[in-house]
Amino acid sequence: MTAEPLLSVDNLTVQFRTDTGWLTAIEDVGFSLGAGETLGIVGESGSGKSVTALSLLRLHATATTRIPTGTITFAGQNLLRLPSRALRRIRGGEIAMIFQDPMSSLNPVLTIADQIGETLALHQGLDRAAARRRAIELLDLVRIADAAHRVDAYPHQLSGGQRQRVMIAIAIACRPKLLIADEPTTALDVTIQAQILDLLRDLQAELGMSVILISHDLGVIAEFARRVLVMYAGRVVEAAPATTLFRRPMHPYTSGLMQAIPPLDADVHRLPTIQGSIPDPARRIPGCRFSPRCAEAQPTCRITAPSLVPVGPDHLARCPPRAGAAR
Amino acid sequence: MNLRVLNRLALRLAQAVPVLLVVAVVTFLLMHLLPGDPAVVIAGPEAGAEAIERIRHQLGLDRSLPEQLLLWLASLARGDFGRSLMLNQPVLVALGERLPVTLSLTLVSFAITVPVGVALGVLAARFRNTWLDSAVMFLALVGVSVPSFWIAILSVILFSVILGWLPASGYVPLSDGLLPWLLALLQPAAMLALFQIGFLARMARSATLDVLDQDYIRTARAKGVSEWSTIAKHAFRNTLIPVVTATGIILSLLMGGSVVIEQVFALPGVGRLIVQAILTRDYPLVQGTLLALAFLFVAINLLVDVIYTWVDPRVRYG
Repeated sequence: MTAEPLLSVDNLTVQFRTDTGWLTAIEDVGFSLGAGETLGIVGESGSGKSVTALSLLRLHATATTRIPTGTITFAGQNLLRLPSRALRRIRGGEIAMIFQDPMSSLNPVLTIADQIGETLALHQGLDRAAARRRAIELLDLVRIADAAHRVDAYPHQLSGGQRQRVMIAIAIACRPKLLIADEPTTALDVTIQAQILDLLRDLQAELGMSVILISHDLGVIAEFARRVLVMYAGRVVEAAPATTLFRRPMHPYTSGLMQAIPPLDADVHRLPTIQGSIPDPARRIPGCRFSPRCAEAQPTCRITAPSLVPVGPDHLARCPPRAGAAR
Repeated sequence: MNLRVLNRLALRLAQAVPVLLVVAVVTFLLMHLLPGDPAVVIAGPEAGAEAIERIRHQLGLDRSLPEQLLLWLASLARGDFGRSLMLNQPVLVALGERLPVTLSLTLVSFAITVPVGVALGVLAARFRNTWLDSAVMFLALVGVSVPSFWIAILSVILFSVILGWLPASGYVPLSDGLLPWLLALLQPAAMLALFQIGFLARMARSATLDVLDQDYIRTARAKGVSEWSTIAKHAFRNTLIPVVTATGIILSLLMGGSVVIEQVFALPGVGRLIVQAILTRDYPLVQGTLLALAFLFVAINLLVDVIYTWVDPRVRYG
């Protein structure tokens, strides 16, 4: 990793206001990402992946969200302390984001040209005609056929895959240094999924941007990410290079996820599953948050909250029993 | 305007015909269901049974109900709305004199309602859960709760009697000049608008809140669009979709509400005409007026339909 990472997140905690008080959605999340690198964040729904992603651009509703601790350092400045005007220059300019549901992420009453052009006008000061020309180029770049005509279409005239390509075109319009892709393929069918991932990979190589890919799909993560962060119940439970993680998962939760991937070479009637379900975030679990579902839980696991410790080269896990055994 | 829109319009117009027919039959039956007899009113309190019977015969009221209905419908089909029994002039002429007053009142009131109501609603949504939001919602509640004739009388006392800024009553035709026309209508129109503003502000607020929760608003923020631009450019047109529906209803309600306001401000409009006509059992006039109003409602809905195609591209092609 380079000496000065492009993005580093430290000790990030995000809380939401609910009727019963402040609810901690993610706690003590930390990671860093160098220029041009790809980070995958994986976890079940409710694990805090999307909350983490949205907080990078402070996209949570301000009235009901607070971030009591943490820093998000991007290119030398703390995004959490940035005045909103400066933050808006980064949003869509240096950091861009694409979302899970392309069906609802585009404004239904504006044309594609308007929606791509808006970013270009905001960050590059292009006028309407120039923005339109550039929008057509961008549609070409994201491989939408007949871009010159498609640019005047409304979102409802495009398919789901095309809409996600438009979202990508909007995201890369200003050549961002970092692209955050929050479940970009979840709402799409499998063949389109592969095409979109290919496109993202090609664009990343072409533009040299860093990518954070968020997914609940280990297959997608394995294919795409160099480094992987595994999240569970609002915490990072394991962080490692993808190859290490898939070869030697350290946290029982990660191992559980790996075992639940259907093998290609054998016929299994029943896949192993992780018992139980992700805990209600309103319930505080003492000790390790995974302990109620963990087959290997020790008595101490239920009492003291484990911390993220090195278990190998460039490999962190939040599981003391396994970490002890690894040493 | 493309062919598709024209097709839609033609279809909607054709659909209006049965609607108007039903309205015609129902108003006819309703009027004849009312106790009372126009012949008695025309003949006066001194008249004997024979005189009344003669008038009944002249007016055709001695025929059977189905016969009367068919005769009326047949003359309607020829474009003949009949003669008013009391005013001694054709129904269409009476309507032609009164309708401009009511339409003026309605349109001025509408022109006040929509911008004020929408602006208040959007503001309340933008500043959700602040004092501004509470203030707007309180005003909206007052607007929909307070009877319009009462607040109108208070307004006359303040603006016409005490301050002397606006005329207390009466109508000035548009042909006498735009400003006198507007001045005469300003107070009644504003009073008529109060209720609708309250209704529209609530509606626009919830529509805006709904839209602000949508994914594409998050997309706009992620693009670096400022808070106000997000509302003005991304939220507003989507907010307009339910608001356009509401404005159609509002126009209709304004025309209904003008009945009361015309009484308070002594405006010679359709509202006063119809009240008078009902009281004197002036069958052709009531029936003709209601039919004309029904036609206006259909026309308003048609207009709303056209506006939709402009606001929401999905309707245009869908």
